[in-house]
Amino acid sequence: MQIYLPIADMPVNVFLVLAMGLAVGFLSGMFGVGGGFLMTPLLIFIGISPAVAVASVSPQITASLFTGFLNYWRRRSIDFALGTMLLLGGVGGTVVGVWLFTLLRALDQLDLAIGLAYVTLLTSVGALMIAEGVRAELRARSGRPAILRRPGSHNWLHGLPLKLRFKRSKIYVSAVPVWGIGFLIGFLSAVLGVGGGFLLVPMLIYFLRVPTATVIGTSMMLTLVTMASATIMHAATNHLVDAVLAVFLMVGGVIGAQFGAQAAHRMRDERLRLLLGLLVFGVGMRFAYDLVVSPEDLFSLRHVRAG
Amino acid sequence: MRRAVLPLLGLLLLCGPAAAERLVVSLSNQQVAVTSNFVGENLVLFGTLEPDPGKPITAASYDLVTTIAGPPETLRTRRKERVVGIWVNVDSREFVRVPSYLAILSNRPIGDIAGPRVLRRLQIGLDNYLLTQRIGPDIADTVTNDPFRKAFVRLKEEQHLYLQSPTAVTFLTPTVFRATIPLPANAPNGTYGIDVKLFRNGELAARANTTLEVIKTGFEQYVAEAAHNDGLLYGLGTTAMALAIGWLASVVFRRD
Repeated sequence: MQIYLPIADMPVNVFLVLAMGLAVGFLSGMFGVGGGFLMTPLLIFIGISPAVAVASVSPQITASLFTGFLNYWRRRSIDFALGTMLLLGGVGGTVVGVWLFTLLRALDQLDLAIGLAYVTLLTSVGALMIAEGVRAELRARSGRPAILRRPGSHNWLHGLPLKLRFKRSKIYVSAVPVWGIGFLIGFLSAVLGVGGGFLLVPMLIYFLRVPTATVIGTSMMLTLVTMASATIMHAATNHLVDAVLAVFLMVGGVIGAQFGAQAAHRMRDERLRLLLGLLVFGVGMRFAYDLVVSPEDLFSLRHVRAG
Repeated sequence: MRRAVLPLLGLLLLCGPAAAERLVVSLSNQQVAVTSNFVGENLVLFGTLEPDPGKPITAASYDLVTTIAGPPETLRTRRKERVVGIWVNVDSREFVRVPSYLAILSNRPIGDIAGPRVLRRLQIGLDNYLLTQRIGPDIADTVTNDPFRKAFVRLKEEQHLYLQSPTAVTFLTPTVFRATIPLPANAPNGTYGIDVKLFRNGELAARANTTLEVIKTGFEQYVAEAAHNDGLLYGLGTTAMALAIGWLASVVFRRD
């Protein structure tokens, strides 16, 4: 059954889009991430323009993040004080991101920028995750217990001013890195159509020493708001959000996520992280391939708004 | 009164050398509604020609070319080049107010119908149709083999939006013809101008015009219009919908 996507301006098969939503939802539920870094590339690979793909994935991630956010909220594992401070930076980052997105599009370099950013981000994060996963796997094989690396109590970030105490997370850190991390995530979510959870969670753990109890819920609070504001800003400035596409992705996504979460229960954490790393790295390499290989057509067309 | 005018009109038609032949055309559908399941459609244009009574009718001496031009749009054609190993858009050219859809349909190859100068003057054929580009401060068409122009036409052909067919027009009888207009699913909405030209021995003999309306209807069009006209409201609506679906999922799949 074909359906016409009004903004992407092309017909697609409903079942294909639903299946993509289910598949990405399954993986996102399994790994506890939004899944934007998988969904955006998939949409680009089926022929939707990168600009529309990035903008339309935002509402889909918003939906799946809201489900997760509500679940963590019920379990009281969200640090609202820390989340609010992250948001101050995050919304600023989103504004700058949407502005840059619009500028790059006008310069005809948006597709390239998205491609390059995906390659660098995904291959490096993926490689780190694989390395970590392999180390954990080897440790498990040799029978030694996993070293619970409770990060050192102090690093240079603790020397920064504007110190704040976050009671629920039991940390005492400067507001500067909190804003910085929020800004970076907001920026990436607007430009790349990713929630940024796969980056944010490790950053919160390693830089701010946020405990595991609150890290995922708090990270979802930030990414939820940045993705929702990215949706609104993309819709208001670039008119690129395809709501019809987004609905099908959302429905597939939230259902898939439930099955993914169940599948994750049957797997060890380290192995999950290794698999996620391989996936992230693979998507990054796919983008690299597209950038380097000679394109089928050197020419491409873009609509210019009347005026 | 009427009796007096009619013979006079007849006399004028007979005398005017340019109006020796007459063309009457009619479309199978004046309006095409594009709905969510629109996968393209073939429209049929029927027409008759009233030959010059002074000359014998032989099918071979008449040729017909139909040019269908969709609503104008402005597009940028970009060219990639390899820069330190990766492919980058390095150069672009803007095509200003060119037809979004362009079909040139004829009963035989246009090169056989008329000479190159006639074709050029009447803008018949993808190579001869005026495609204006912004070149510096000027807006002008370029030579046919300009790489940007060639790429533009080729990309539009790949999208099935530009086409040239020497078989789409068929003469059913020496005076009745039929032209099949293929409208792809991605045909933009708006008014399409249809220009029918009749040739006798390589010279333009008669001309007729009509229009075709492509209207996108239904929910999709409503969404597209909302996205463009009320971006902020549309964004808020989409976000609200996302939150609603997310909330619904958390209630439906609640595990406690």
